[in-house]
Amino acid sequence: MSTTDRKPRPGEPETTGHEWDGIEEYNNPLPAWWLWIFYATIAWSVVYTVLYPAWPLVQRATGGTLGWSTRADVAAEIARFEERNEPLFARLVAADLADIGADDELNRFAVSAGASVFRAQCSQCHGAGAGGVQASGFPNLLDNEWLWGGSIDDILLTVSHGIRNETDPDARYSQMPAFGEMLTAEEIEDIVAHVRRLSSQSHDAARAAAGETLYLDNCASCHGEAGEGDRAQGAPALDNAIWLYGGSEAAIRHTITYSRWGVMPAFADRLREAEIRAVALYVHQLGGGE
Amino acid sequence: MTNPDTAPPRLYAAREPVFPRRVSGSFRTLKWWIMAVTLGIYYVTPWLRWDRGPALPDQAVLVDLAGRRFYFFMIEIWPHEFYFVAGLLIMAGLGLFLFTSALGRVWCGYACPQTVWTDLFITVERWIEGDRNAQVRLWNQKWTARKFRLRLAKWSLWLVIALATGGAWVFYFADAPTLMAGLVTGQAHPVAYTTVAVLTATTFAFGGFAREQICIYACPWPRIQAAMMDEDTITIGYRDWRGEPRGKHRKAEGAEKLGDCIDCNACVAVCPMGIDIRDGQQMACITCGLCIDACNDIMDRIGKPRELIGYLALSDERRERAGKPPKSVWSHVFRPRTMLYTVLWAGIGVGLVVALFLRTNLDLTISPVRNPTFVTLSDGSIRNAYELRIRNMHHDERSFTLGLRADGSLAMTLEGREGLTVSVPADELRIQRLYLTAAPGSALASGGRAAVEIWATDAEGRARTQVTTHFHGSAP
Repeated sequence: MSTTDRKPRPGEPETTGHEWDGIEEYNNPLPAWWLWIFYATIAWSVVYTVLYPAWPLVQRATGGTLGWSTRADVAAEIARFEERNEPLFARLVAADLADIGADDELNRFAVSAGASVFRAQCSQCHGAGAGGVQASGFPNLLDNEWLWGGSIDDILLTVSHGIRNETDPDARYSQMPAFGEMLTAEEIEDIVAHVRRLSSQSHDAARAAAGETLYLDNCASCHGEAGEGDRAQGAPALDNAIWLYGGSEAAIRHTITYSRWGVMPAFADRLREAEIRAVALYVHQLGGGE
Repeated sequence: MTNPDTAPPRLYAAREPVFPRRVSGSFRTLKWWIMAVTLGIYYVTPWLRWDRGPALPDQAVLVDLAGRRFYFFMIEIWPHEFYFVAGLLIMAGLGLFLFTSALGRVWCGYACPQTVWTDLFITVERWIEGDRNAQVRLWNQKWTARKFRLRLAKWSLWLVIALATGGAWVFYFADAPTLMAGLVTGQAHPVAYTTVAVLTATTFAFGGFAREQICIYACPWPRIQAAMMDEDTITIGYRDWRGEPRGKHRKAEGAEKLGDCIDCNACVAVCPMGIDIRDGQQMACITCGLCIDACNDIMDRIGKPRELIGYLALSDERRERAGKPPKSVWSHVFRPRTMLYTVLWAGIGVGLVVALFLRTNLDLTISPVRNPTFVTLSDGSIRNAYELRIRNMHHDERSFTLGLRADGSLAMTLEGREGLTVSVPADELRIQRLYLTAAPGSALASGGRAAVEIWATDAEGRARTQVTTHFHGSAP
């Protein structure tokens, strides 16, 4: 930067005296309207800091005399919507779920509400699309196989009390023994072959024949003689194409040897009655409902 | 210590007040008619009724924002048919291009709301304060009781017009009689009042005070229109070869050397834009034609031929200077550019009309559920789920039967319903979960992606539509 102290010639605007490579800077004053608006914004900023949350302190910021906060705004918005939905929730609690299809408005509301409950509470294990996690013990809720029953009342009971949890005495409960301590490895291998035969998968015919007696003695009381399963005990059917922990020989061998212990929490103490009903309805209409 | 010699030049030019003089003539008459028709359309349209049955509004033209529906006489536009609105806007744009390239700024001069309302406001002003000379006198006068009374009367009338303008706008968005009753009794929605207030304020300010400044400083169209015009465009101009040198005609010697222009300034005095058309083509000229009326009147009085100021094409200047008659209007109007605009405009118009007649009152969209893409059922069959949206645009409840076409055997079932029939209430959208199941071991079950067509027919077989989607087998 170079500064030359050159006096402006008559008829020429005043300059700041700064000059860069022959380019000079005019010293025009700011327009009055602009200046006044600028002063007004300064005045307004003082008023604003008094009215609204502004100055950061050590723990929190000054609250402002209006007492406004974004959190309170959100809370009020949520309360407003909940109040609006309250009559529908009341109707949902009073409704007969088996016959809810007749009330189109309530059904649509319940399914939408259930979908949001599902995303928040259930999708962690069952997946956002309710497809479960294949062969990993998280059941697929879209198919037509149910461990504990797929009617709306069965689903409602499962959601309310959960499965094999320690918090709810009414939780659905059953336990498969770990046969690794009771049977030899050879015997387990025979049962594996028989179970594969029940589900029409490739198997060793000689082993399967040997495994049939072992199966009837050890497994049939829960899983049924033909592998049809028993929903009263949450014993899965073994005669079909759906496998909660996988249907390969290795997976079946592991299940028989060590048993399985699938757990689901109870939601009766976490969600409102209406929310549980909504999510049960949502799951019921995903394609597997009975 | 500002030296007056060194004071910087002012960058702000204050508005020169314009006091247009009353004028009569063919263009003024045309403008009165256009004003009556356009204002009539604007104010009357929301009050026209059109019977659509008991379930739907009976307002002929209604933009129902809450119901997301646009009604225009027998036509009903749904949000998914917004392309009609887009098409009309494109047609409006092309129409503007066509008229500008053929006839210059006829939109600005005759039909633009800014021009029409300013014209109306000027008429009111003249009625209260008198013509140009009286207005100038009043402007320069000190504030007396009379000036105050006249100003108050003028502003009040302007405000009434502005209120009626802003008031009419909201009637396009709600049932007009109901809203009118609500507005008067103070029961209307705050949004209605706010809209009326904003439009009243802008009408009052734009029509009463800003006037020509809107055209010169605020409107982008005058800046763009030069691109639409060429020397064949018929526009308003001053025939300087006839008028110059201008001057007061005297019987004294040298008088015959002067042109036809007697420098009476009639064209300047009547101009609502405050310009002198004799300066040539200029951005501030909205081609309202009032200077033509004013000049023709003078030419008649001094016994010279009319059209010293008139509609002309710049390409005719050489012919006219040589004393030959100008080329015909049609030879100017029909040129590749205008024909191209016409073809584009008409093409879109025909397309919209065809689309209007071809559209069915049934709309079907389908979205496959992709999480997961397929579900294995206990018997090993493969099932895909879809979300089907059926929109019934009939004014009564209809039942739609779904059908399927696929390369192979698929079973179709609906969630929560027996059979394949869905009934949809009048003017509603229904979402229906739909399942397609392939038998275990079938080609579709063990295959990859396969195209599937799903169609819906209404019970009377009057409307039918189909959508294409895909079925995913268990192959990755």
